[in-house]
Amino acid sequence: MNFDDLMGRTEHWLNSKGPQQHIVISTRIRFARNLAHRPFPGWSKRAERIQVLDEIKAPVEALPEMEGGFSQVLQDLTALERQVLVERHLISREHAAKGAGSAVVMNAQQSLSVMINEEDHLRMQAIRPGLQFRDAFESLDTMDTELELLLDYAYSPKLGYLTACPTNVGTGMRASAMLHLPALVLSDQMNPVIQAVNKIGLAVRGLYGEGTEALGNLFQVSNQTTLGESESDILQRLTRVVEQVISHEESARQVLLETKRTMVLDQIGRAYGVLSNAHSIASKEALNLLSLLRLGVDLHLMDDTWRLAIDRLLIDTQPAHLQRESRRKLAAEARDVMRASIIRTRLENASGPDFSSLPEIPPQTSENAEG
Amino acid sequence: MQCDVCKKKPATVFLTQILGGKIQKVNLCESCSKEKGVADPTGFALTDLLLGVGNSDEVASPVGSARCPVCGFSQAELKKTGRLGCSACYDAFEEALGSLLKAMHKGTAHHGKVPARAMRSHELSRQVEALQDSLAKAVGDENYESAASLRDQIRQLELGLQPENG
Repeated sequence: MNFDDLMGRTEHWLNSKGPQQHIVISTRIRFARNLAHRPFPGWSKRAERIQVLDEIKAPVEALPEMEGGFSQVLQDLTALERQVLVERHLISREHAAKGAGSAVVMNAQQSLSVMINEEDHLRMQAIRPGLQFRDAFESLDTMDTELELLLDYAYSPKLGYLTACPTNVGTGMRASAMLHLPALVLSDQMNPVIQAVNKIGLAVRGLYGEGTEALGNLFQVSNQTTLGESESDILQRLTRVVEQVISHEESARQVLLETKRTMVLDQIGRAYGVLSNAHSIASKEALNLLSLLRLGVDLHLMDDTWRLAIDRLLIDTQPAHLQRESRRKLAAEARDVMRASIIRTRLENASGPDFSSLPEIPPQTSENAEG
Repeated sequence: MQCDVCKKKPATVFLTQILGGKIQKVNLCESCSKEKGVADPTGFALTDLLLGVGNSDEVASPVGSARCPVCGFSQAELKKTGRLGCSACYDAFEEALGSLLKAMHKGTAHHGKVPARAMRSHELSRQVEALQDSLAKAVGDENYESAASLRDQIRQLELGLQPENG
């Protein structure tokens, strides 16, 4: 399929339900793999990279998972198309900047993608809605096992899969969950959570990975180490921690409703008001207000079906998606106008938050507040 | 526990540094810790220390200019980029990487997935070893008929162990 066909298909993870979706937006796992006896992409000459690409691309395209999928060398994609793939988390920012000898292959559902000649010869990724480490791992593991019969991987019995960066050696696996944590942020508890997660060898990052800002109360939790533990040990540790963060966020939401009810409802109501009426809105403001509206859905002020619609908007209002939609390059001001217009249109059929659906404040809390 | 830098004296200074959210641990003896200025934790980076580029005398040492015999990547480039040139670099820079991997990861040995190919060659190597033991025994027992058959079996298995072209 070509790029337009690909864009015509909704990503599977943005179109289906997953466990713990009130807090976990998506789960991603990637494996880094390299061919034996070939320099890593960063230390390869152009001709060597093209040779590796030729060697890898056909077997990846021929995988049963990739039937009817999308495959393109990066040179044949425009800068805007590459940026769209970055915004969908299908390729990395680093990969989007690559020239000759790099390619991307993915299935039609956009749940499995393979970057060829990124930092490693192969970076393959599985993405799932909600918290689904096991499921994501199994589908990626199956694809990897099919590929390893066709490609000679660089592997050492002692160090495992050999990667361009020593931080990935061993399993070559990076697993991450994208968490939406508005209550922990609103109640100033995010820093201690980040510190606690860091202490046990896991990383917390912003929306687009390393060195990016935590916009829209979105945080990625991922494993930091890849050597010395099996894949399942890493995933178990990660799952345990993510589940703990989920329960912290759940109790923070409860506490906020009990102690700062007016503030929370006010913010959600204002978010809906601005989003459904604004005629120009910057990316940062949109992300933060959509986050509050999502919290409103989680608190059952709006119908559950709005959750996926909001997640969809988080992606569709990113700069490259807007410019693709309008089929022309847009300056920042024009993007803000278009962003506001898309959000207004999508929210047209939403009846808005129904505050009467919230249970009354428990009596002892109000007594405490008065006393 | 041995000092990670001189690898001679016992370590008495145990240092944990968090760099960009990453925890790195290093064990030093007293003289190395003084020499590296560990007393001032803001003034040095663990990676530099472990890769032996902490002070100017060592930069010029042959270790710093070591190159991978397969791809020509140098240890100085490893220090600069934090990346390696090819899979053989892991052997070429084994010593420098050893302490770095120890500081970066949970352990120093892989406990994860084994690709089917590696599994097969591991299995073949084990079979060859077992047959070689039997061969030595057969020769010792002067059982030459059995020795000849074992030798043929080993040759056959070793063909399967050769790296495939490509």
